[in-house]
Amino acid sequence: MSLLPLRQPLTKPRASLLAGLLGLLCITALLFGLSVGSTGLEPLWSLGSDAVATQIIWEVRAPRTLGALLTGGLLGLAGATAQGLFRNPLADPFLLGSASGASLGVALLLVSFGISPLATQWFVKLGLTGAAFVGAVLAVFLTLSLARGVQHTLRLLLAGVIVGVVLGALTSLLSLTRPDILQAMQAFMLGSTAFVSWSACAIMAIVWLTCTAAAIAFAKGLDGLALGEATAVSLGLPLAKLRGALIGILALATGTAVAHTGLIAFVGLAAPHLVRAIVTVRHAWLLPLASLMGALLLSFADLFARGLIAPQELPVGVLTAILGGGYLMWLMNRRGLSHD
Amino acid sequence: MINTSPEASDHSVALEAEHLTVTRGQLEVLKDLAVKIPRGRWCAIVGPNGAGKSTLLQVLAGILPFQGQVRLLGQPLHRHAAQSRARRIAWLAQSSAQSADDLTAYDVVMLGRLPHQSWLGGQSAADHAAVEQALKLTQAWAWRDRALGTLSGGEKQRVLLARLLAVEADILLMDEPLASLDPPHQADWLILVRKLIEQGKTVVSVLHEVTLALYADDLLVMSNGQIQYAGERDEPALHRAIEAVFEHRITIQPLAAHWVALPTLN
Repeated sequence: MSLLPLRQPLTKPRASLLAGLLGLLCITALLFGLSVGSTGLEPLWSLGSDAVATQIIWEVRAPRTLGALLTGGLLGLAGATAQGLFRNPLADPFLLGSASGASLGVALLLVSFGISPLATQWFVKLGLTGAAFVGAVLAVFLTLSLARGVQHTLRLLLAGVIVGVVLGALTSLLSLTRPDILQAMQAFMLGSTAFVSWSACAIMAIVWLTCTAAAIAFAKGLDGLALGEATAVSLGLPLAKLRGALIGILALATGTAVAHTGLIAFVGLAAPHLVRAIVTVRHAWLLPLASLMGALLLSFADLFARGLIAPQELPVGVLTAILGGGYLMWLMNRRGLSHD
Repeated sequence: MINTSPEASDHSVALEAEHLTVTRGQLEVLKDLAVKIPRGRWCAIVGPNGAGKSTLLQVLAGILPFQGQVRLLGQPLHRHAAQSRARRIAWLAQSSAQSADDLTAYDVVMLGRLPHQSWLGGQSAADHAAVEQALKLTQAWAWRDRALGTLSGGEKQRVLLARLLAVEADILLMDEPLASLDPPHQADWLILVRKLIEQGKTVVSVLHEVTLALYADDLLVMSNGQIQYAGERDEPALHRAIEAVFEHRITIQPLAAHWVALPTLN
């Protein structure tokens, strides 16, 4: 024992160590991402100064690799925020209906093409990304109005489920009446980083920075909520404002992610779990760590999706669903055993 | 029913309520209740399940909406800003209602300092000192780095108790603080409460164990959303009231300069 009492918990250095490690791994993933193409793995240095290769790297691989990193970052952050806000380790970023809202937005847009020249013109400007984002945000608003505000967590969860089911049914109905949109819809529903551009990366980076900073600013509130809503109120936390702000962060991060890469399952759910399995930290640490973990998960999943059966590509959303689902099953099994 | 002005109010009263009614759905949980909690004393609330004990405690903590008047040191409770109220009144929920499993014991106790911190401000030396002192008072210092979810029920309860102490509030409201503590730590808790009273603090606790409640200075006997009797520990009329709300299934007897509640088996 040292003479000085240990005031700070021992976990803090471990948390910053984990952050550094995750950051390094993300950079590694980024470098690999630049090297994986339709011909499989080709190290960057072997390409030399080939103009075509440079163009492929800059205009195809770089934005989608960065896009996977940023999408994963947004989903990991949203997942940690949702789990803290709803005090439920199974909460995921799409909980408030944003995913089905985004799908419906995309379906509506695709169906509207060709209905009238004016509509087409307007929708082209909005684009698939815009439609998905608007759909996601409107779905969250619908959930909020159905739950009559943010006062009751259980009501919010229930409203989110209802909105998800109803909007999902509407999307199915639209696809049934217009089978020609099915293929385009499928690309969106399965999730893919193939369509991420540099400008999309810029938007996601700005949203990621904003949401991370805002979420960290509310981290103390999330810690307080962990002790229960009544205890949080007894500690003087403004619960309604806190919930409102956190739902805003959740909607913006999830909407942005889903708009650019479609529905990518399990990253938001699994990333905070993985972090918690390694360190025990406050939300001020958990939020950025979960974000980094999400970035890492999706980057590597994307690498596999692109490289596994090259020159063909798997939809990354399918891969994350299989990997994430498998991980959660293992986690459940382990927890079940330890409780027996 | 016009109340005296705050200036004229009695400063020996920490918390008081008048015409207090709380409804949940169709049910009146508290019915036109009046109560005075004396300052600098320990008051225990006893009564059968569903009597409204926890609800009363939550109203006094300022975390539950109500009809009627509640005053903190003579001032209407709602006139206190949330954060300043939180610095004066600390409330401990029943342990089953709390599950910060993924925070360390230290971080949980640090949450008790929230009322003293600005929104974006960090933790001051005073915060760390208060957390350390609270954890040592409840003998939970050794587990400061462990996640709350890895502690046993009694260990967790001592951490949550430290969280309450870290607020350094003048009024401490505790709901079933002894529920998961073993006898030695129940005794420790009684000693701790005595210390708090000596420091001039006011303690209000809901207790199921009538024998332990009979260590308090004052007792409130509740049933059916009303206070049936309020009195000091040694009053025979208080003892009869307690026996009555528990349907005479207990009798209160003196033993070694204390009171014990024994079950009646007939």
